[in-house]
Amino acid sequence: MTQRMPGLGELAPDFTLPRAPGAQLHLGDLRGAPVVLAFYPADWSPVCSDQMALYQAAMPEFQRYRAQVVGLSVDGVWCHQAFARDRGIEFPLLADFEPKGEVARRYGSYGDDGTAARALFVLDDEGVVAWRHLSPAGVNPGADGILDALAALGERQEDLS
Amino acid sequence: MNGMTPWQEEEAGRLRQPLTDDDHVLGPPEAPATLVEYGDFQCPYCGAAHLVLKELLRRRPQTVRLVFRHFPLTNVHPNAEVAAEMSEAAAVRGTFWPMHDWLFSHQDKLDPPHLATGADRVGLPVQEVEQELNGHSYRDRVQRDFVSGIRSGVNGTPTFFLNGVRHDGGYDLVTLSSAVDAAAAAAVR
Repeated sequence: MTQRMPGLGELAPDFTLPRAPGAQLHLGDLRGAPVVLAFYPADWSPVCSDQMALYQAAMPEFQRYRAQVVGLSVDGVWCHQAFARDRGIEFPLLADFEPKGEVARRYGSYGDDGTAARALFVLDDEGVVAWRHLSPAGVNPGADGILDALAALGERQEDLS
Repeated sequence: MNGMTPWQEEEAGRLRQPLTDDDHVLGPPEAPATLVEYGDFQCPYCGAAHLVLKELLRRRPQTVRLVFRHFPLTNVHPNAEVAAEMSEAAAVRGTFWPMHDWLFSHQDKLDPPHLATGADRVGLPVQEVEQELNGHSYRDRVQRDFVSGIRSGVNGTPTFFLNGVRHDGGYDLVTLSSAVDAAAAAAVR
């Protein structure tokens, strides 16, 4: 199966994934505010940890734009739970675990090594892709690109109102 | 536009917040190289870099000045924020750098009781400073640095900017010295 990343201006593929043991998150339910989807290869590996810990620390900045941040990897819910506790991560980490990597594939972000690529998507209030970015696996992309995209979304909405 | 190529090269980050009077600067103002560090007092990598930076400043006293900005990752380093605020309490009393050095030399002792010892060692009025810290008088100051770092693409600590451009190489003495020399040479030319 060839994978394709959803393009700018396209509706992001909808999905429902486990966010905790016994709890699901449905992307469509987050409509009405911007959403940041952060695919990453694995819990516990050094770069990812920095990236997710950084997003937690940067949460007040994301919240200025009302943005909901969501992390996604192929790790299971119990692994996510232990990882989130260890790093003090409070935003949802979704388990793209069964069928493995299915959502990552639908976002053109599933790697040959069986993990998600380090791909970022910013969705607008309507769930449309407003910005996307793919980093090499060893590079933590930081938060500046996301915040610039969220700022641009805010300006676009001011123009419309 | 749909111009994203997978596995694109990351462009070198740029410092978005220029130096201000609020910044903590060590070294001569006319130095041709300015090294800005975004750091966290509880981060072991910053602790290692601290020793390298001291030696770098000793070897290049006319070439480089160091600027320290706060980037506490509090969810991973629970004492990083209070340590950063303590350094600001020292800064308003003119002793930022002695406090900064004490903090990096006592990274395993950054809990509030030990911090009080450090404050005393640096000559701060301990009770007064503790009151300020309990009232979070310096939280906004620390947060300003953190936000400017986030906006400049800081993705972990320490992150360095050399004359405004992110230094993505290593921060051992040899690598940093040659990077500083190159930046200084480019600035003077």
